[in-house]
Amino acid sequence: MADKSSQIILDPLFNKNPISLQVLGICSALAITTKLETVFVMAAAVTAVLCVSNTTVSLIRKFIPGSIRIIVQMTIIASLVIVVDMILKAYAYDISKQLSIFVGLIITNCIIMGRAEAFAMNNPPGPSFLDGLGNGLGYSLILIVVGTFRELLGSGRLFGHVILPLSTEGGWYVSNGLMLLPPSAFFIIGLYIWALRTWKKDQIEED
Amino acid sequence: MLESYLSIFLTAVFVENMALAFFLGMCTFLAVSKTIDTAVGLGIAVIAVMTLTVPVNNLIYQYVLQEGALAWAGIPDSDLSFLGLICYIGVIAAMVQILEMALDKFFPSLYNTLGIFLPLITVNCAILGGVLFMVERNYNFAESTVFGFGAGVGWAIAIVALAGIREKLKYSDVPAGLRGLGITFITVGLIALAFMAFSGIQL
Repeated sequence: MADKSSQIILDPLFNKNPISLQVLGICSALAITTKLETVFVMAAAVTAVLCVSNTTVSLIRKFIPGSIRIIVQMTIIASLVIVVDMILKAYAYDISKQLSIFVGLIITNCIIMGRAEAFAMNNPPGPSFLDGLGNGLGYSLILIVVGTFRELLGSGRLFGHVILPLSTEGGWYVSNGLMLLPPSAFFIIGLYIWALRTWKKDQIEED
Repeated sequence: MLESYLSIFLTAVFVENMALAFFLGMCTFLAVSKTIDTAVGLGIAVIAVMTLTVPVNNLIYQYVLQEGALAWAGIPDSDLSFLGLICYIGVIAAMVQILEMALDKFFPSLYNTLGIFLPLITVNCAILGGVLFMVERNYNFAESTVFGFGAGVGWAIAIVALAGIREKLKYSDVPAGLRGLGITFITVGLIALAFMAFSGIQL
């Protein structure tokens, strides 16, 4: 049993990562990764919503009629996201301003719907919670990797602390402006997938 | 007057392209862009749903949710804006369902082409994103119609462009680890880079 639960948590990190293998939840992964600070808030918010929504859906899975399950799941997720949004506005107003509409977009983050539909509808609450946690961590992992590269190479900082002093401020590092632009996130994830699949050969797609 | 609408439209299509500048609707964008035919079908469906849902949500926001919006019903100091998200997603799901039924009844041939894509659109973040941008930028009814249409067209252009490139990519020799998803990401990055050229345009 212990083996199984640790597998449920660890599998989504590399073997079945929601972003790099299942192509879920990419939208927010790209837009908010210019700074590590926002990355952590977003990752925590998504993981929290994912855990709670998976548990809730799994608790009431036997009472949800098949034909309206999408609407029921949506309502649960939307209510949770409203709670998260309010908490952020109350305790981290600046970050919530920076994330702007992307907090609301957690609702349509396909990881959450996808896991509710694929896992929580058929499994008891305990494993569903772990599945939510695992997928949340897998999502966070990629966000953190992308965020680290973008903030370090783009503005020479990590968490706002100067690591590579910029030449514009008297240091030696000439910042890579591309990293602050949206397209760089695509390149980093593309290269990340390349590295991951060179390591885990079984994930390579055949055309 | 007309100029400002044109500016909203062009900005939504090119400069602030939903898919390439804000990464909205990425999941479907990457998953359903293998062939041009399906990409065109999905693109049209997104245009239709966005042109409908953004203005409808605009009305709901203006007359029900906004602070003091319920004055016409005799409740002058109400503020229901915290219910926003749940209302918008409900409206989107309902509109998609209605559109699906209407198409099935009146345009069966179009329904057969678009049919499988319509349910997917409910969870397409481009739609919800469009609605949230509309609220954040305080568009009025006419502006939100133009914005919804423009954002839909921009998304459709982006997915058709990507599908065209992916069809050609089938014939190229991609390194094993990059095949499929990896190379698609890099392609989208390059398209996005090209689209950034539009951001210099002042309207």
